[in-house]
Amino acid sequence: MLTAFLVFFPLAAALLLHFAKGGAARALALGASLLEFAVALYAAGYYYASGRLGNPASGFDLNLNWIPSAGINFHLGVDGLSLCLILLTTALVPIILATAFRHEEYENPGAFYALVLFMQTGLLGVFTALDAFVFYFFWEVALIPIYFLAGAWSRHERRIQITFKFFLYTIIGSLFMLAGFVYLYLQTGPAAGSLAAHSSDLQAFYSLKLSASEQSWLFWLVFAAFAVKMPIFPFHTWQPDTYTESPAPATMLLSGIMLKMGIYGCLRWLLPVVPLGVSQWQQLVEVLAIIGIIYGAIIAIRQDDMKRLIAYSSLSHVGLMIAGVFSLKAIGLQGTVVQMLAHGVNVVGMFLVADAIERRTGTRSLAELGGLTRRTPLLSVCFLVMLLSTVALPLTGGFVGEFLLLAGVYEFNAWAGAIAGLTIIFSAVYLLRMYQRAMLGPDSAYSETITDLSGAELAMFAPLVVLVFWLGLFPGTFLHLAEPVTQSILTAVGR
Amino acid sequence: MLPIVLLSAFGIVNLFLGFLRSNRALLPFVLVVLALVFGLNLLDWNHAGSLPGLFDSPYVAQMLTVDNYSVAFSGIVLLTALVLLPFSRSYVAAGEPNLAEYYSLLLFSLVGAIMMVSYNHLIMLFVGIEILSISMYCLAGSDKRNVRSNEAALKYFLQGAFATGILLFGIALLYGATGTFQLNELAAGIAAPANASLQPMLYVGVLLMVIGIGFKISAAPFHFWTPDVYEGTPTFFTAFMSTVVKTAGFAAFLKLLAVALPGTSAVWRPTIVAMCVLTLLLGNVGAAVQSSAKRMLAYSSVSHAGYLLLGLVAGRGQLSGPAAQGIFFYSLAYSIATVAAFGVLKLVSEQRGREDYAGLAGLARTNPLLAFVMTVAMLSLGGIPLTGGFFGKFFIFAAVATQGYIWLVVFAVLMSMVGIYYYLRPVIAMYLRPAEPGTETPIVVDGFQSVTLVVLAVLTLVLGILPGFLSGLL
Repeated sequence: MLTAFLVFFPLAAALLLHFAKGGAARALALGASLLEFAVALYAAGYYYASGRLGNPASGFDLNLNWIPSAGINFHLGVDGLSLCLILLTTALVPIILATAFRHEEYENPGAFYALVLFMQTGLLGVFTALDAFVFYFFWEVALIPIYFLAGAWSRHERRIQITFKFFLYTIIGSLFMLAGFVYLYLQTGPAAGSLAAHSSDLQAFYSLKLSASEQSWLFWLVFAAFAVKMPIFPFHTWQPDTYTESPAPATMLLSGIMLKMGIYGCLRWLLPVVPLGVSQWQQLVEVLAIIGIIYGAIIAIRQDDMKRLIAYSSLSHVGLMIAGVFSLKAIGLQGTVVQMLAHGVNVVGMFLVADAIERRTGTRSLAELGGLTRRTPLLSVCFLVMLLSTVALPLTGGFVGEFLLLAGVYEFNAWAGAIAGLTIIFSAVYLLRMYQRAMLGPDSAYSETITDLSGAELAMFAPLVVLVFWLGLFPGTFLHLAEPVTQSILTAVGR
Repeated sequence: MLPIVLLSAFGIVNLFLGFLRSNRALLPFVLVVLALVFGLNLLDWNHAGSLPGLFDSPYVAQMLTVDNYSVAFSGIVLLTALVLLPFSRSYVAAGEPNLAEYYSLLLFSLVGAIMMVSYNHLIMLFVGIEILSISMYCLAGSDKRNVRSNEAALKYFLQGAFATGILLFGIALLYGATGTFQLNELAAGIAAPANASLQPMLYVGVLLMVIGIGFKISAAPFHFWTPDVYEGTPTFFTAFMSTVVKTAGFAAFLKLLAVALPGTSAVWRPTIVAMCVLTLLLGNVGAAVQSSAKRMLAYSSVSHAGYLLLGLVAGRGQLSGPAAQGIFFYSLAYSIATVAAFGVLKLVSEQRGREDYAGLAGLARTNPLLAFVMTVAMLSLGGIPLTGGFFGKFFIFAAVATQGYIWLVVFAVLMSMVGIYYYLRPVIAMYLRPAEPGTETPIVVDGFQSVTLVVLAVLTLVLGILPGFLSGLL
């Protein structure tokens, strides 16, 4: 019941928003998302108390007949890994909504909030689905609202082409995944007979015995969707434009939560399902991931637009997470889990900073900014905290995540670990450069007129700052949750 | 059986209502008739022939069958007509003098459609197709003063007459080879041929029938009439043509192949596979390059014929199971979404005077409801989850994949990627492009049409969220 509530409550709130206007719509949207977060916290507490870490806790299992004639069940469940991402999603959505409240210029704001909540349903569905077609269903449900959020509220003249490219890329990727799922689904149960004898349950997929050659191409079918979503080099070309030109809340959804769908998908639906395919392609994916790390970082150094810089930095950091996943080492997978959370918090914080500066000055260009820090002590501090966590300074969440990830990649291959380790140096270079150009340096036209964070904005940064330090100081909270799951994934892969 | 009798009778009554000075009574009358017939049709579910004693149930003189298969597909065509009718209100408002005739022809064409889904005798198939087609020839030309409508009617009629001739020749050859018109006797005759020297005749007959029906359902390479006819025909009747005719045609086709001709699958299955590949390719590529939304929908209806042909490939000698289920679900989802799309397009093109994508620009701002319904319809036609179209494709693809045609499914998936490209274009126009100068005024939609559009959108979403209710019917 708790799972069903978590997944469908945002949708119900989104539908209700249709009847609310102005302030009431804001109150309803924010209230609903905070209630959702409270329920997620309660679920986490319940989960801890049940003491059944790792196993899908019985209180969370929802298994209904969905399409009896095809043997497909509406199966949702929560384990430690799901719970981490549920907490991330439910914590970030109120902040993302609050960012949208800052933008008075949005037309039809009620629809905007409703789409964000609708998207939350899709995301939570993805993170809790235990049936392949339910997973695919929510995967696409999450795409439709973000397409409209990114396109309809953008003011960029190329928005049509940019969002069109994004939509086509992601949907083509996911159609490949669907084809892979259909193949896997038809391998379950007896060869002939009606569809009802087949099953698309996660456990049925785990227990399939597939030949190495089958797994070899199935790997790419399923991985296509995840590779585009994350995105991994060379499937990333939609990403910088979409991140840069979307409205700030949409960018936060894309970078903070949606790309975790891809990594989560790899952990849950790829590694244990086609383990032989994974070990066959492991090295190639590692190479692509490391190329992505270096490529994203080098391009980020040259950027002038703050949002575009963060977009490339995100590309670089995602590369490291993928490298960690495919290292197939316990420490790498654990690092991925922490880094998913830390990256979500960091990148949302960074985009929040970029948005705060853009709303005040009307520009994101580093060439036009400078010397902002004198009038904005609070903004400078928040900016610095988010930045240092992204650079992976000890005590911050980014440090724990990247350290574990690098350890995992190093265990996989020392050279790979060494090259991937450059990410810390690179990110220090481009992020400190951004800070220096925007906040320090010679005064610009805005350095005298800019105003500091308001109370409401500070309230948006506060939870992010708390999370950064929480993840840095007590990563055990989440490591503990995820460990049994990552263990069982590795067992399934045969490591 | 009762639906056929009532539709014919009320169709004639409706003609007499045309003598009334005002044509305001016509639309309510036809709606009531259709709702009544739709309900009566459903009564036959699971107990064939609801009036025992009157007919030798479940057959009618061994010529028509009333079973769950025919009830299900009759249900689709009746429902489609029912939800389509509200969009004919502009004819009422404009005082169209021939409205009674239009409605009567629609009712008669439904008789033909129901005969096509419930035939048990090839003559009934032929008569059904003709009743349906002749009504449609007239309706295609109903916009008498428009040259394009006249062109459409003439083209449709010539092509249709040609196809009918081929179909009839096929039926004659089949009869010559087996000595029967009954579906089950045909199957028996093919399984144990009385005279082996007649086999070539049988095979040619089967091929000719496949070609004849291929014309009617606009399968490539017999589809070339479709874009011109659909574009020239008044939008209201185009919607009817691309839903009812197609649904009835495919139900008849599946019945023919699965019940009467399983013994000749070595001949028809490769033919259907080839037609399917061609139809998917030409339909999708053709739709992708259009700039008129109506013409895009015409080509898209060709591409949907391709997906439905895919379902025929999976048909294996029975009217239940994955293939029939897939075709049923797909036809239903496709019909509902197509009616919604044409409904919105009709309102827009009437009031903005253009049928291209640019005519849809800015619709989200002026008419959020129309834009939303159109979006749902486009997502459904594109096969994106949350809508019925996704599960339609899913059931058909799964059914074909179980038969071992993996490469065909992969090809169909690739083609549906092309489909997403052109179905997104109206959505982009409505939500992301500003309105063209002179089209900023909202489109007038009366309450009845709004309710119908909402119902269509809700039905599409329900099919996409809870497909379990309908997927296991057959």
